[in-house]
Amino acid sequence: MNMKYTAAQLTGLVLLRIIVGWHLLYEGLSKLIDPYWTSAGYLSESKWIFASLLRSLARNPHVLAGVDFVNIWSLIIIGTFLIAGLFTRVVSYSGMILLLLYYIAYPPLVGIESPFAAGGRHLLINWTIIEAAALFVLALFPTGGMIGVDRLIFRHGRPSE
Amino acid sequence: MENERKYSRRDIIKALATLPVFGLFAFEFLKKVAYDRWKKKAVLSELDLKRPAPAVVTRTSPEHSGPQVRLGIIGFGRRGEQIAQSLGFAHPDWIAKRKRNNRLEPWLAQKDLNVAITGIFDVFDVRAGYAQTVIKNKINPGDGSPVEKVKRYRSYRDMVTSDDIDAIIITTPDFHHATMAIAAVNEGKHVYCEKCMTRTEEEVYRVEAAVKAAEKSKGVVFQVGHQTTQNEVFQRAKEICDKEILGKITLVETSSSRNTPDGAWVRHLDENGNLRPGDARSIDWKEWLGSAPRVPFSQERFYNWSKYWDYATGLSGQLFSHEYDAANQLLGLGIPLSCVASGGIYYYKDGREIPDVFHATFEFPDRELTLFYSASLASSRPRRRVLMGHDAWMELGEYLNVFADTHSTRYRAKIRDGIVVPSRPMVSYQPGSQGIDAITSASEQYYAARGLIYTYRDGQRVNVTHLHLQEWLDAIRGGTPLSSPIEAGVEVSIACHMATKSYRESRRVEWDPVRRRIV
Repeated sequence: MNMKYTAAQLTGLVLLRIIVGWHLLYEGLSKLIDPYWTSAGYLSESKWIFASLLRSLARNPHVLAGVDFVNIWSLIIIGTFLIAGLFTRVVSYSGMILLLLYYIAYPPLVGIESPFAAGGRHLLINWTIIEAAALFVLALFPTGGMIGVDRLIFRHGRPSE
Repeated sequence: MENERKYSRRDIIKALATLPVFGLFAFEFLKKVAYDRWKKKAVLSELDLKRPAPAVVTRTSPEHSGPQVRLGIIGFGRRGEQIAQSLGFAHPDWIAKRKRNNRLEPWLAQKDLNVAITGIFDVFDVRAGYAQTVIKNKINPGDGSPVEKVKRYRSYRDMVTSDDIDAIIITTPDFHHATMAIAAVNEGKHVYCEKCMTRTEEEVYRVEAAVKAAEKSKGVVFQVGHQTTQNEVFQRAKEICDKEILGKITLVETSSSRNTPDGAWVRHLDENGNLRPGDARSIDWKEWLGSAPRVPFSQERFYNWSKYWDYATGLSGQLFSHEYDAANQLLGLGIPLSCVASGGIYYYKDGREIPDVFHATFEFPDRELTLFYSASLASSRPRRRVLMGHDAWMELGEYLNVFADTHSTRYRAKIRDGIVVPSRPMVSYQPGSQGIDAITSASEQYYAARGLIYTYRDGQRVNVTHLHLQEWLDAIRGGTPLSSPIEAGVEVSIACHMATKSYRESRRVEWDPVRRRIV
């Protein structure tokens, strides 16, 4: 599948890719350098139907350490690769899944209050799901093959596969 | 390679076009890190605090290589069972429940204190039998081998004279503490006595005299069950107080807020509302009453003894004693000069004698400070311990926060420069943020929020009672210092009894330091 974007479309998509990548990279790095950060609070307060599963993750210190490690490095790698345009499609989907995991812990449904909600008022839709949707778009309209390292890995001029 | 790609300059430029973003990112990121560090350093150097220690504090007490200590437990009610758990002995049902909830591991990781519980005394057959199951259980932390034989004593008098026992833990209702503690130390037994150390003022002096004499003549080690100070947060709070970061402290506010029947000592019913076991045949009522006024057997009094003056001092001895101990150890308050207490029975119209809403104000003119305690058993609105100084105030519970005062003299410049924001904590300390454990019951939550249950050592959540007992055992084996010795026990119990006396006599009471009496 060979996509042709107009210059404006390509600029818009690459800009979106960089913005989302920047955000995820900073989320990951800031957690990495914070000796006190842990996902324990987030997991143990989680709501909705996955609550018991997520809470059980927080209860075991070894599992929790694993969750924290995977979370931090997923954010850093996904963020870096999005900015660089490396394996764009794969990391877009990965990022989307990661964000959906955050979302299901505290979906802003009627009757569910999240202590971690910030930056506005949300009903069903919050920033997490918006960012996940953005990554879905980036996966469907990949740009790494045009502006990004994917251009060197995959045949030039073609989107990553 | 045949399909070797040839990249044009255009390809290279387009492939690497976004890489400069990393430069900008790195620049901004490092700027942010440097800014945060600078701000933190500016605050910490001003306060002469080192960078907050990581969440893990290494245990400093010696290893338990000394001889095994043979313990006797008097009273195996709820607290007796908790003490046994802290020592490494638990009931199979409790273990199974913990296992189901994924919470057994921290307990199994608890240090083996190298003790044997060789004797148990409880007036209630059911609890005495239960205690034996607990003590004989084979699943223990470390390689502690449970004793096969545990003797059930029919009287505490036999236990204190027994040669099979080195040390005694008293976890009975408060009115027995003094008699039992005195009997035990007179026989040269080390004693760990639960709070409140005594029920009456007069008993304080008798226990003090007996313990001091036994310390001198028999080398007895006596510790009161005020475990709060073992909390890591508390140790950091002490550093903050010692460094006078708060400025001149003139007001200390402490409180208790609970809102469950269990928290209000209505404990004769189980979770399903059924009467708990126990009758005149299975409970040695005469022994239970001891020297208390004779009354017919009463299950209500047996389970809910905290509600009656004959057996305890209610909020003052049960909960305030911890609060006073905390403030006393932070600030070295000693005994207050005066106390005014008030309150009433406003919610639990169940025939209780002790108030369910209770407040006490203590004055320390020498220290130029007031300590205020406020308690309710009918509202669980959380109120943290707060130490208020001219320059800053400190909230202290499971974590601690220090906020600069908007009108502080010392931090004026830092507030003006935006380095310190009064609405946000200047110093914050949250121990063990790398791990979490679930806390279930409301009463447990009450204690946990006040730092009475858990603290962190070596990255593990550790029961503070375990640490407090360990400190006592270390002192028995190696003469190491105690955090709640008799002197602290006297100060705390006198403060509690001042509040009780003031409430019961509806008047301001004072401490006469010369005659050493509450007047």
